Amino acid sequence: MAEYKGVAVYCELTAGKLVPISAEGLGIGKKLADDLGQELSAVLVGSDISNLAQETVTYGADKVYLVDDPLLKDYQTDSYVAVMQKVLNQITPRILILGQTDVGRDLAPRLAFRLETTVTMDCVELAIDSQSKRLLQTKPVYGGNAQAVFTSDTDPQMVTIRTKAMTPLEPDASRQGEIINIEAGVEASAIRTRIVDRVMEEVAGIKIEDAEVVVAGGRGIGSPEGFGQLEELAKLLKGAVGASRPPCDNGWVPDTVQIGLTGKIIAPEIYIAVAISGSSQHLSGCSGSKNIIAINKDAEANIFRQARFGAVGDWKKVLPAFTEKIKELLAA
Amino acid sequence: MNIIVCIKQVIDPEAPPSSFRIDAATNKVMMQGAPPVIDPYGEYAVEASLKIKATQGGKITTISLGDNLLREVVKKPLAMGADELVLLEDEVYIGGDSWSTAYALAMAIKKVGEYDLILCGREASDTNAGQTGPGISEILGVPCVTLARKIDVTDSTARVERVTADGYEVIDVPLPSVITVSNEIGEPRYPTIKGIMTAKKIEPVIWKPSDIGVEPFHVGDAGQRTRIARLYQPILEGECEFAEGESPEEAGANLALKLREAKVL
Repeated sequence: MAEYKGVAVYCELTAGKLVPISAEGLGIGKKLADDLGQELSAVLVGSDISNLAQETVTYGADKVYLVDDPLLKDYQTDSYVAVMQKVLNQITPRILILGQTDVGRDLAPRLAFRLETTVTMDCVELAIDSQSKRLLQTKPVYGGNAQAVFTSDTDPQMVTIRTKAMTPLEPDASRQGEIINIEAGVEASAIRTRIVDRVMEEVAGIKIEDAEVVVAGGRGIGSPEGFGQLEELAKLLKGAVGASRPPCDNGWVPDTVQIGLTGKIIAPEIYIAVAISGSSQHLSGCSGSKNIIAINKDAEANIFRQARFGAVGDWKKVLPAFTEKIKELLAA
Repeated sequence: MNIIVCIKQVIDPEAPPSSFRIDAATNKVMMQGAPPVIDPYGEYAVEASLKIKATQGGKITTISLGDNLLREVVKKPLAMGADELVLLEDEVYIGGDSWSTAYALAMAIKKVGEYDLILCGREASDTNAGQTGPGISEILGVPCVTLARKIDVTDSTARVERVTADGYEVIDVPLPSVITVSNEIGEPRYPTIKGIMTAKKIEPVIWKPSDIGVEPFHVGDAGQRTRIARLYQPILEGECEFAEGESPEEAGANLALKLREAKVL
């Protein structure tokens, strides 16, 4: 039996750059590695990526495992699972952290089953149990109605982390790390899927996942025109417009702006929920927001239990006055 | 075209949060006054299967796992247009994790035998994990494409549009394969009256662990590799500061002032 030691972070790349969640993974990974008194490793997989190794060192990695091969230019499940299996068999980490992204959602479960270990998806908190030294993996379940703390019987203990749930370290250019190259050893014939095309969808304005401010509307908005008023406020605050599920189901706004279990999970600085009651299906998409501000006619609405600030009343009357006042304050 | 759709019975994610309770002694959820439903993403998977059947013909078999499954819940896919229902129904199946669940489903799929496509929701609304589909594919040794927003099947290949952060990618995958379905696939259709009548007449096939060749210690609670240390409801601060006002308009303006005061804006 191999001895499992240290913490490894799979650092996801896009267009030749580290995605932000990679630095977040290294940030929490460093803390866990320090608690265990062990090393932190970064794993980089792709094509023509050797220039990124040092960057992961500045974010805390003691060792960087680099798998650089033209066949690995695009993420493909078969090739990446095979490469990660090879890397992990070599480094046998006690903990492996990935990001809960479209890649992480695909790669993490496949890899866990391949390695005959477990993965806990979408963790918002990670800590080492002081007694057992096992990883305590906290994640929202039941659409955010509850939190569960899991432990795993097997190594590596794999997790994916939710976007913006963990804090990256300040990059430190003076940090030193060891860079280790690993051969991919993948044959093109082992990749059963074929990427035919990759389509970037243009989004007018700011993407909802990236926006610092999101103004979202619920069933009570009642029409596409109603969302026009939300748009006005969002523009004023340089933010984006979102919605709970009913407005999307009714076709008032496109499906791509849906926030919740069946939509996007976001964590903006400011989330303004207008005429949203706050079902668990919706809250699972926005509960990570720094400041939730709610406008609802029902003072008992569940959204007020999550909100930091609120106003009770018909949004058609509250919102225009709110927007007008904000305009005034911003102009002053 | 033989399509298998895996569907979970879950507590209703749209139910009011007040009906939701956790029994701390057993780490289990109790729902009061809100009946279970089929998982929303599973419903999207059923919709995807019906779209494929409409062009390709064939048979749709749904599989659900649990104990004391409510017939009106697990039969909903039949009412929507699926053809057959297999239930892995036994008390030993419950309390499992991704491993024990994917294992039991994969063994049941092997017993069904003929399949071109296995569809799952991209994640279930209770565990929010999204591991069952990829797990089944790994156990069966077939490819898997996750997060599908569109599926077009020709003879032996599926062309899948897979949701990414910035748009989507188009992937060709040979059949048989597993595909997990996202909500962008389109709203699930409502069951028709005729569909409901047909579903009533279809008797589910029930398989115990011995029927699918698995030992009880491999499935459910006994087969899990993940332990749940604690399940709890986060204590909400409940400290919402309300902006007061004689009228809704005044409350709105005061809300803006409050945000400025607190330096939120």
